[in-house]
Amino acid sequence: MPSIDETLGQYSELFILLAAMAYTVAFIAFCWDLATSSKTIRSVESRLAREQSEQKVLAGAGAGTSATGSAGKAGAGASVETADEAMVYTKERRVAARIGVAITIVAALVHAAGVISRAIAAHRVPWGNMYEFCTTGGLVVAVVFLVVLTRKDVRFLGSFVIGLVVIMLCAAAIGFPTPVAHLVPALQSYWLIIHVSIAVIASALFTLTFAMSVLQLLQANREARARAGQPERMGFLRLVPSALSLENFAYRVNAIAFVLWTFTLMAGAIWAEKAWGRYWGWDTKEVWTFVIWVVYAGYLHARATRGWTGTRAAWLSIVGYLCVVFNFTIVNVFFSGLHSYSGIQ
Amino acid sequence: MSETPKTPETPASDAPQTPGVEQAGPAGKADAARGWGPAKKDKMPSAKNDVALPALGFVGTLRWIWTQLTSMRTALFLLLLLAVAAVPGSLFPQRPANPAVVTQYLTDNPETGPWLDRFQLFDVYSSVWFSAIYLLLFISLIGCVVPRAIQHWKAMRSQPPRTPRRLSRLPEYGSMALPSSLEVTRESAVDDAARLLKRRGYRVEVRGKDGAMPSVGAERGFLKEIGNLVFHVSLIGVLVSVAVGGLFGYRGQKIIVEGESFVNTLVGYDNFSPGSNFHEDQLEPYSLQLDSFDVVFDRESDTHYGQPLDFTAVLTTKESPEAEPEQQTLKVNEPLSIGGTSVYLVGNGYAPVVTIRDGDGNIALQGPVVSVPNDGAYTSTMVIKVPDAQPEQLGFVGFFLPTAVEGSDGVAVGSDPDPFNPRLYLNGYYGDLGLDEGDPKNVYVLDTSTLTSMSDGEDEAGEFSLGAYESYELPNGLGSVKFDGLKRYVALDIDHDPGQAGALVFSTLAIIGLSASLFIGRRRVWVRAGTHEDGRTMVEWGLLARGEDPRLEGESAALRKLFEKEWLANQDQQADNNKSAVGVKNS
Ligand code: HEM
Repeated sequence: MPSIDETLGQYSELFILLAAMAYTVAFIAFCWDLATSSKTIRSVESRLAREQSEQKVLAGAGAGTSATGSAGKAGAGASVETADEAMVYTKERRVAARIGVAITIVAALVHAAGVISRAIAAHRVPWGNMYEFCTTGGLVVAVVFLVVLTRKDVRFLGSFVIGLVVIMLCAAAIGFPTPVAHLVPALQSYWLIIHVSIAVIASALFTLTFAMSVLQLLQANREARARAGQPERMGFLRLVPSALSLENFAYRVNAIAFVLWTFTLMAGAIWAEKAWGRYWGWDTKEVWTFVIWVVYAGYLHARATRGWTGTRAAWLSIVGYLCVVFNFTIVNVFFSGLHSYSGIQ
Repeated sequence: MSETPKTPETPASDAPQTPGVEQAGPAGKADAARGWGPAKKDKMPSAKNDVALPALGFVGTLRWIWTQLTSMRTALFLLLLLAVAAVPGSLFPQRPANPAVVTQYLTDNPETGPWLDRFQLFDVYSSVWFSAIYLLLFISLIGCVVPRAIQHWKAMRSQPPRTPRRLSRLPEYGSMALPSSLEVTRESAVDDAARLLKRRGYRVEVRGKDGAMPSVGAERGFLKEIGNLVFHVSLIGVLVSVAVGGLFGYRGQKIIVEGESFVNTLVGYDNFSPGSNFHEDQLEPYSLQLDSFDVVFDRESDTHYGQPLDFTAVLTTKESPEAEPEQQTLKVNEPLSIGGTSVYLVGNGYAPVVTIRDGDGNIALQGPVVSVPNDGAYTSTMVIKVPDAQPEQLGFVGFFLPTAVEGSDGVAVGSDPDPFNPRLYLNGYYGDLGLDEGDPKNVYVLDTSTLTSMSDGEDEAGEFSLGAYESYELPNGLGSVKFDGLKRYVALDIDHDPGQAGALVFSTLAIIGLSASLFIGRRRVWVRAGTHEDGRTMVEWGLLARGEDPRLEGESAALRKLFEKEWLANQDQQADNNKSAVGVKNS
């Protein structure tokens, strides 16, 4: 077995810290974007609304002209204007969001350097303990986010997603610090590569849909308030697509993530058969993986069940994600079981 | 179940209904209840199943129950219930996995423990309530799948539905006009369209060829539905496979010390759990001998010094008593297949070799005694029972340290997993070991209640420690103990599971079916052609998807491209007509 390169391991930890700091800056930029953009939108709207009401006075009860049509509707509270449903980029300049994306790219590069150098230092895949799951998982979340950004304008998710990445990196550095080391015999299997990598990707996708489902609930609430003619409270939601398109987008991503999770479950069972002699034994980790699977199966069913689409489905998606987090943190740290690979002494 | 034929007793359809599509024509209307068209939420009056129960009679009631059980809402409810019901199994120790921990829990919680036991919280996954949930779920599943399969069978054998009157009402719509100079008649246009759609994997039917508005109906994506059915049926297959494993399988544990061997017979096992239909002659009498067991610990890392890196057992195996012996290695994650079983390396430890003489001076016990490691430094607990000792039976409890280091307070601790300074620390007892009553006793626990300690009061002569090759004279002429050597042992799990292959096949089918169901688009396309007064041929088409289909728009665009290529490609030759065909996209 080749020796561990401990110096490189230390550099890796440094890269991760630097990446965490850069992500924090990106996070602030995204928050700033939400705050300022919604303020700009609001001031433009109130101006348009004023103009429109003046026009109304002039034109009697006539409808708004085409120039002020859409904003006028929002100003009148008849319908809620939201960001583009298709989530395509518009010409509008959002400086803060651009800064956020740029810094996220830099942070992801440093982050990738950290993860890769750790892998080189250990001569193996960098997902053998909690520290490594968090750092590698965070990288996957960030990269998936950036990849989606090339096709859709989901910058409104930036503060949520990058905020979660910051939390993951802090959890790794503060909660589960583990120096580089070889794997114990139980983990020396190619199933580690397959099972855990797919689990990490699935979790990253669930992270994205979690953020979307939370926004969906907020947006649905805002839409309901607007329909009821109440004033709006969370202006930043104007940058966010409508609850329905959030739901549809989250559904598509959840469907992919669910297939990957099913695969994780199966690969885990095959590995368990190889390592422990039974493919299923209701070990705590297995129980929670199963619970997560069933909750998301429920989510997919909910989407085909009348009365369960929309808000209720979003709640199931959120509960599913909370189970993912629980499975990763509480179960790994506090529950004893065969999966005691957290690396925490 | 979204496709169950609606009986009058069925109060409400569970399918997402699509009011927007209902005006699309007779086809759309008929299909709206089956999930065709994009899901529209919250537009529906939330029709609860709170219809007053009419007097249904016995059969009617059964039917009503069946309809309820196989409704999508019940399936959802049972799924969520299953998720919740699985959780307690991770909170409380479970008998099948950890019987000793459960016993300990019951001793520690005499008040609540028995109550938890009454509700089967220590056997969650075989409990009445857990089983009830999943059995109901699977019954519901069968009730869903069967009618759905029949429905789909019919759908697959029928022609695509009638062309809606107004294609522009469909979620995706496109049209183009072909200048008369192209000489594409409305008949040839629908024929071309049918051919192109067929090549794209659609099932097509041309209708009204003689009329003024001939059209093509096309449908594709039957695999989506088949995938869904395969997925759900495979889940039943997985469940059955698990049950088969539980009925006909067996599983046992065996500890083998270096140099010793094991024969696959009932008496050969330390522990044996047969499935309920197990028969003893299922066991094939192969044998395993542990030649050596090699371990590698990390000697380079500062932070993980002494962490295990590799365990390798070298075994001599014989398929049957007469077979040729063969040498094989067994590692963690690399089980051995022999005689219909799989053999797994699940643990290892030290077996110090001791010689114990009794009060009469005879050797009452000689050989390796298995110790149970408790930590990474192999600090191992030991129990030695000497039932053959005369005149008094002897017993010892204590621990073994491969590398003993005495701290400043005089307490010895283990500091390394390799045997650099092996020491035994024992407390002696004598009296009746209670082994003669015949009820099985745990070999790793010494019940000292019927024994007398060799140390009493001031005299601690019964507590002693031994280094390698040292011996100790027990007090009061009870005998002596000698530490002669050290061997390693392996703990093996031996498992025969006839359901395993089935479980693998069905879960693989499940994941394939699932992917087909989620990612294949089920779509219908209609193309209609007509002739404009000025002689141009007008072609229009509309698309409808089953459920959510984000790629429907792309499909429409792809069709437009295909049509343009088919009809307008040679337009360049007719320079003057160029550009006169304009595609109108109506959204
Ligand atoms: C063992 C329990 C079950 C599990 C784990 C499960 C899982 C799933 C999953 C993951 C999907 C989404 C993928 C797909 O569309 O094929 C799905 C869809 C579906 N399930 Fe189940 N299911 C179960 C039981 C049932 C039962 C009891 C019913 C009937 C009441 C049912 C009816 C359906 C239907 C109709 C769909 C298609 C929904 C659509 O058209 O989008 N399932 N199921």
